[in-house]
Amino acid sequence: MVASTADPWQALADPTRRRVFARVVGGPCSVTEIARDLPVSRPAVSQHLRVLLDARLVDVQQQGRMRLYEMRAGGLDEMRRELDSYWRKTLTNFKDLAERTYPPTAEGTPTR
Amino acid sequence: MSTTPQDQTALQVDIVVDVPVEHAFHVFTDRFDEIKPREHNLLAVPIERTVLEPQIGGTVYDIGTDGSRCTWARVLAYEPPHRLVISWDISPRWQLESDPDHTSEVEIRFTAEAPERTRVVLEHRHLDRHGEGWQSFTSLGTGEGWPLYLERFRAATQRQANGASSS
Repeated sequence: MVASTADPWQALADPTRRRVFARVVGGPCSVTEIARDLPVSRPAVSQHLRVLLDARLVDVQQQGRMRLYEMRAGGLDEMRRELDSYWRKTLTNFKDLAERTYPPTAEGTPTR
Repeated sequence: MSTTPQDQTALQVDIVVDVPVEHAFHVFTDRFDEIKPREHNLLAVPIERTVLEPQIGGTVYDIGTDGSRCTWARVLAYEPPHRLVISWDISPRWQLESDPDHTSEVEIRFTAEAPERTRVVLEHRHLDRHGEGWQSFTSLGTGEGWPLYLERFRAATQRQANGASSS
């Protein structure tokens, strides 16, 4: 069910949650760090992060005893995928053309 | 911050072609027009041809069927027959990026493996530079980064939703 994924717009409609998100965008951080940097209690921060996780705006990873939250690299991943396919096509076209034009035909000068 | 993996901000593609390195380099640079995929056209009209100016300081541009022009890369290094570096002045939304600080770069290296075999490695790196506009904002006003990020995110989630609903 796709519907279970929370709407990121809804998730960011809350100004406090936006500040929590902005802190995560600034660099991976723990609940404790966020609560220290913002006027928000730790339980409240956890709750906001829960919503941001559901909305797939942030990711969490375990580092030792700490859980670090970081921005989900959706935009970057998306761009990488598109560029990867773009350059693969380019190199495939390139290989076809390079091998088709080598060795140069009799009428062409074989300098290239 | 130090945990950001390198591979997240760069991608690498390579291929081996059965031609000498000089030939490989010149086909790539002289005939870029013929090998560049035509999709992702930034012009309003179909692309007539693409020009790669073979010198440092040169540019790469598309010319539309109506004569319009779109310059989308700068030649940063031109070292025949081994290396070519161009900038990538296109935003993640496939629009021209006018701020060089928000552009990435593409390096193509040509290495001879045999007299008639060349390995071509293409690396597109510093992809995160495109994101600085929306990653660096911390005072959440109504800056430009915010809507941009959301729009991109929406596009991604919609694609994801479409993919999921087909199952």
